[in-house]
Amino acid sequence: MSAVGALLRKDLRLELRTRESVPAMTLFSLSAFVVFHFGLQRSSLDGDLAAGVLWVTLLLAALLGVGRLFVTEREEGGFDAIRLAPVDPSAMLVAKALTLLSFLAIVQLVAVPGFGILLLGPSLLPALPGLLAVLALADVGIAVIGTLASALAVQTRARELIVALMGLPLLVPVVLAAARATAPLFSAGGASPPPLRWLGLLGLYDLVFALVAYAVFDYLLDD
Amino acid sequence: MHGKALRPGLKPLALATVLTLGGAYVLAFFYAPNDADQGFVQKIFYLHVPLAICALGGFIAGGVMAIGYLRTGEQRWDLRSYVAIHLSLIFAVATLITGSIWARASWGHWWVWQEPTLVSFLIIFLLYACYQPMRFAIEDPERQARYAAVFAVVAGAFVPLNFLAVRLANPLVHPRLLGSTGSLPPSMELTFVIAMVGMALLWVTLWKYEITAKQTSMQLRALKRRLAERAEMTLPAPAPRRSSAPRPTPAARPAEPVEL
Amino acid sequence: MPALPLHEAGKYVAGAYIVFLALILIYVAIMAARLGRLQRDIVELSELVDRADLGNDER
Repeated sequence: MSAVGALLRKDLRLELRTRESVPAMTLFSLSAFVVFHFGLQRSSLDGDLAAGVLWVTLLLAALLGVGRLFVTEREEGGFDAIRLAPVDPSAMLVAKALTLLSFLAIVQLVAVPGFGILLLGPSLLPALPGLLAVLALADVGIAVIGTLASALAVQTRARELIVALMGLPLLVPVVLAAARATAPLFSAGGASPPPLRWLGLLGLYDLVFALVAYAVFDYLLDD
Repeated sequence: MHGKALRPGLKPLALATVLTLGGAYVLAFFYAPNDADQGFVQKIFYLHVPLAICALGGFIAGGVMAIGYLRTGEQRWDLRSYVAIHLSLIFAVATLITGSIWARASWGHWWVWQEPTLVSFLIIFLLYACYQPMRFAIEDPERQARYAAVFAVVAGAFVPLNFLAVRLANPLVHPRLLGSTGSLPPSMELTFVIAMVGMALLWVTLWKYEITAKQTSMQLRALKRRLAERAEMTLPAPAPRRSSAPRPTPAARPAEPVEL
Repeated sequence: MPALPLHEAGKYVAGAYIVFLALILIYVAIMAARLGRLQRDIVELSELVDRADLGNDER
């Protein structure tokens, strides 16, 4: 546990100092909203469309940040270090996933209100509790898959490409469920709670892939 | 690894495949009745659905074989997993094409988002299409095999979840547009079952065939190398051909690009 | 959409089955090409064996 904490703190501190990922992901989200405004030729969105635009943007922003997740480990020998330390290597998996989760949370802290201001028709406030639940569940899924994809891709040559190519299909169920869950929250007639089946699907997805990732991560570390 | 000339099972397997699959389609066209709603077009059902089921089974089998590789480290499991996924990807493409043709014939459009099988297969195809490029991009053969196995396991776990998600996304108001796998008249059911068995036999036959071919190729390479070493002659270095297929791990033989 | 008349439906059904057949035939062709390569390798191999034998004889 303390290993996870140590790794997590290291990564967060690194990000704080270098500011590589989070600002870029945030700016990307806001730019994407602008692009959507011009692409869709709409000033105000609600319901299905609003949910879709929000989730596609968040997903693409996440994929942007995922690529760099393991790069420092590979270049600076972090993989070897964890092999040598008397620590369960899966600690790195958990730490990286939590790092990504934190990044996503920070980005969404800015992006979601940004969306509320720029594109969302109905008010964001009544939607907030439900939205937070959906965000939490979906973020876990994105974090797990993002960590896996990044670990798989870090040894390849076309890293960012492979991450995106692999991550997008894997994350389709997340986008699917998240968008469907969010749509009633953004409905023009007033926010209604997200249907339970979508939250349930997100939960199931998170559980399955967290287990799979945990089981499989060891094999990604060199021996 | 000392291989046999031809896997003993291959000939009878191929024969069984031809007989079963051929028989199934004879039945499909001469025995099974025309569907009440879709008419003659429904005949595609006997092709599309078995292809789909075999592709899915193959992907999951590939994942299971990958687990076998991760646990034992034996290269033959990696080979089996690779071939299973490779083959299933082709079956998946065939599923998409036949499904699209069926959609066009039944509903006038080459693509229908409301058909859960088609949509799920598109997503799965996009995922597994990454398998070979990812393998190809990793130099070290042992690491390549390991990472590919991890991918196969994750993707294999994804397949059922994906189907669930897509199916949930379709409002139950819409009846399944294509195919009616429930409540088939017995003549259609029989034909379908035989087609299913035939298609599964086809998958296994092609799988075994491909594995045998690859193993033979690898053995030949190894033989060539040993002979060249013994004859103390320098082989003109084979132009290192990039191949994404599994290679023998360095423990067994020197890590050289294997032409396959 | 009402069921297509037989002559039109036939084209689609034939198309689907032909795609299937084509894929199988393409596969067979690829395997045949591989066999050709294997045979070439065997020829090379037997030449190497001959040369090795000659080398041994001369010793």
